[in-house]
Amino acid sequence: MNADLAVQTEGDAEISRVALRSDRFRLEREGDWTRLEQIVTQMEKGRSKRLSDEDVLALPTLYRTLLSSLSIARENSLDAGLIDYLEGLSLRSYFLVYGTQTSLGRWLKEFFAGGWSRAVRAIQVEIWIALFVMVAGAVVGYALVAGDSDWFYALVPGQFADVRVPGASEEALRGTLFGSEDKEGLGIFAAYLFSNNAQVAILAFALGFAFAIPSILLLIHNLALLGAMLWVFAQRGLTVEFVGWLSIHGTTELFAILLAGAAGIHVGRAIAFPGDRSHLAAASAAGKRAALVMAGVIIMLICAGLLEGFARQLVDNTAGRYAVGYGILLFWLIYFIGAGRRYRESGS
Amino acid sequence: MNDTAAVEPWVRRTATPKLDRIMISPEGVPLNVTVAAAGARAGALALDIVIILTMITVVTIACLLILWGFGVAFAGSPEAFNGPLGVLAVIWIISVFLFRNAYFLYFELGDRAATWGKRAVGIRVAARDGGRLTAEAVIARNIVRDVELFLPLVFLMQTSTQDTASSFTAWAGFIWVLMFLLFPLFNKDRLRGGDLIAGTWVIQNVKKGLGDIVAPTAAMQTEDETNPASRYEFSEEDLSVYGEYELQTLENVLRTGNEEALETVAASICQKIGWQPGSGDERIFLEAYYTALRARLERGMRFGKRRRDKFSRSE
Repeated sequence: MNADLAVQTEGDAEISRVALRSDRFRLEREGDWTRLEQIVTQMEKGRSKRLSDEDVLALPTLYRTLLSSLSIARENSLDAGLIDYLEGLSLRSYFLVYGTQTSLGRWLKEFFAGGWSRAVRAIQVEIWIALFVMVAGAVVGYALVAGDSDWFYALVPGQFADVRVPGASEEALRGTLFGSEDKEGLGIFAAYLFSNNAQVAILAFALGFAFAIPSILLLIHNLALLGAMLWVFAQRGLTVEFVGWLSIHGTTELFAILLAGAAGIHVGRAIAFPGDRSHLAAASAAGKRAALVMAGVIIMLICAGLLEGFARQLVDNTAGRYAVGYGILLFWLIYFIGAGRRYRESGS
Repeated sequence: MNDTAAVEPWVRRTATPKLDRIMISPEGVPLNVTVAAAGARAGALALDIVIILTMITVVTIACLLILWGFGVAFAGSPEAFNGPLGVLAVIWIISVFLFRNAYFLYFELGDRAATWGKRAVGIRVAARDGGRLTAEAVIARNIVRDVELFLPLVFLMQTSTQDTASSFTAWAGFIWVLMFLLFPLFNKDRLRGGDLIAGTWVIQNVKKGLGDIVAPTAAMQTEDETNPASRYEFSEEDLSVYGEYELQTLENVLRTGNEEALETVAASICQKIGWQPGSGDERIFLEAYYTALRARLERGMRFGKRRRDKFSRSE
């Protein structure tokens, strides 16, 4: 039957006297199994550094031997305890052999070296959709308030609309754009903004799996608010200054929200139109790609929070704000379009 | 991946057959896994939340202590006090954000793919297709967690503290949380929203020791009469009454049973095969019978004949 079952070395005289073939099979191999079990236990406890090189190298071999033992045992042995043990050990070592195999640090390195920009390029279509939606939202917000200024109060929540309301004087509006904030609380403000914006971006992404509709609505709403605010400032001839005030961090922040929304739409689109894959398979493939984009979005929002909290208050003139804001935007564009292309070409 | 192979004879019997699945390893070997029950998931989550809250509390207390220290140091000049206060506030906001988001990421990216809460209840995250659990999958499932759980919780707390909030928004938030929390109950793999997006599932850990040989006294083939097990000889008819199910029940009794259980089982076997019970060494008898029965059934197995239990016909 199994040639290896019949093979007996001379040292195995004891084993050869065992009555059951399946017990002989077990006695011949249990040394390997217990060795593997020890390695696995050590690794599970996070002590893989203490393992000898020999043991680490032996792991894949021992794992494959174990799998073949399991297959043989299932066909030849009725020792339920033994099979349970082999099943459990196979699963444990399977998870180590096919584990995440990456630390947070190593993953981050791969991520910045091209993983992120490749993921962004992979959802290009959705980025264009999200961009269109956002521009449309801003235009709608502007047009609505221009038509009837009461719309402003419907679109903008109370906390933002302190003095920035339709009909406010130019000085009052100018005061909100330049140098009014005291510089003591900047750091707190930046950290708060980051934490807050990150939640909005996460929301824009995670709502995507309801067929992308909530993501799109969220983008429209946020940008309509912006359009309404723009109208208030445009009425007093402060358009250029307002855009400058917004641009210094807004290029990064709006770009991040754009990406988050696009990631949400990507997932939603995969669920709604999975193509020739199953809904679940399509969702998980899209979800993993979108997750990469989202990790990057969080990083962009940290940058945006810092810019908003520090740079905006420190750079108090419009020209400087334009320079910083669009310089950074250019940097993002070059990075997303250029980074990590080399890998892809050599890979394909 | 699942149901088709469920009729295979080696699929194990567990207490929760509804949660048993088969995962094909990249080598093509089917592995039995058990999806973590909803109760275990809830327990793990509750533990994790307690741990996160504890960490946040510790950081808050540490910040307050430092603040108090500064207060003593800068007692004379309140202006100089603002600088360190700002730094402290930034550290606090960032660390709360990290606890909430990075805690799950860090632990689920580790070798055991489980947070402390999951480890405590013995479950872990795995890729549903049997492939490698990637960092992207872990990130995806945890980003969605934010929307499922933390965002509505924060929202609920805000609405409950503000009297102006209408009860409608509070109820909407509550239903939102409920919808996501109960989501795992409405699919057979106990997937939550994040698992769905990331292509992962949560399964039970298995940790079983290699037991001894079931029947050590009867295992050795000996010609001499010193081995007590060799006193027993069973005919084909004696062995043809039972199948694999009974064999494994007997194995279980031999591995774990006490004297009383051994006597009961020995008596019922003797009755079945028409022997006279009560020789006083039930364990030896049962080991001998077990070994003989297993030898017979395994011989049949090698020729492709399996007998599930005593009710199925033996060919």
